[in-house]
Amino acid sequence: MKKLKESAHKKKPEGFWSGVYQALPIVLGYIPVGFAYGVLAQKSGLGLFNTVAMSVIVFAGSAQLIGAGLFGAAASPFTLILTTFVVNLRHLLMSAALAPKLRGWKKWQIAFFGYELTDETFALHTMRMARRTPKKSQTFAVNITAQSSWVFGSLIGYLAGGQITDVRPVGLDFALPAMFIALLVPQVVQPVYLMMAILSGGLSVALYLLGFSQSHVIIATMVAATIGVGVEQWMKNSSS
Amino acid sequence: MDEKLVFLTICGMGAVTYLPRLLPMLLLSGRRLSPWIARWLSFVPATVLAALLAPGLLCRDGEFTLQLDNVFLLAAIPTFLVAWRFKSFFGTVATGMGLVALGRFFFN
Repeated sequence: MKKLKESAHKKKPEGFWSGVYQALPIVLGYIPVGFAYGVLAQKSGLGLFNTVAMSVIVFAGSAQLIGAGLFGAAASPFTLILTTFVVNLRHLLMSAALAPKLRGWKKWQIAFFGYELTDETFALHTMRMARRTPKKSQTFAVNITAQSSWVFGSLIGYLAGGQITDVRPVGLDFALPAMFIALLVPQVVQPVYLMMAILSGGLSVALYLLGFSQSHVIIATMVAATIGVGVEQWMKNSSS
Repeated sequence: MDEKLVFLTICGMGAVTYLPRLLPMLLLSGRRLSPWIARWLSFVPATVLAALLAPGLLCRDGEFTLQLDNVFLLAAIPTFLVAWRFKSFFGTVATGMGLVALGRFFFN
């Protein structure tokens, strides 16, 4: 029996299906949030095709929720595109942070990988790639599974939109914060990271309240990361 | 807006989303980063996630709130404990959503 277990352990899937499995917590979060987006898009007067197209083409949670609202408010294409750009600019930092892990990847593979880089897939890949180099098929499976669930959630949200009056069904709107908590905790590997996370959160709240409600995330992140490097250096100097 | 213009707008939104996702990894993937930049980037996961999370827990309708009826903040505390103690991504998300559902059921 013990031998059987060991061999089963050895044959643990490493490829595509393992990636699908690793993405399941994201699926648990993406279906409800995608659903909320679908409901909002339906209420904003977007058609089925465009609602789903946005989940396929843009694939960004908060930007799509803001976008659906702006379409509903008859904002101009320029406003929509500019707002989306500012809200999603934070991915610049995530893309740079993952770049060293993609050494030796072909250009088209990077192009495909980057297309599905979200807050959640970024955080998951950071953990997956921290100690080892997972198979690319597994990495792509994570992304494809995540986006599929997002598109699926948007679709059923749109179809259910007519029947739903409250866009915040029981507990579902906590899916995003819960995902952020689940992804944040394992990143806090040293006290200095905890300090900078608290600083970044505080800055983000302050900026948000001051009216920087689209750029608060990227500004807070850059300031806290810069201070983090400084504090780390200072701690090193004072301990040596 | 007619459907066609909406679709074109969405394509524009997609383009401005894709470029910041793609360009840094495309340009930096083969290079050795200076240690300073590498250290700066090592802070990004924790700080960006905290910056994304905090306003959702502490603000309601554009205002700061530490009230006891802030279900999100109350649910966040045990959710943090589950994430820290059990290190289960799936369990953490499920706990958080379940707690908010329970909180709304009992207090609203």
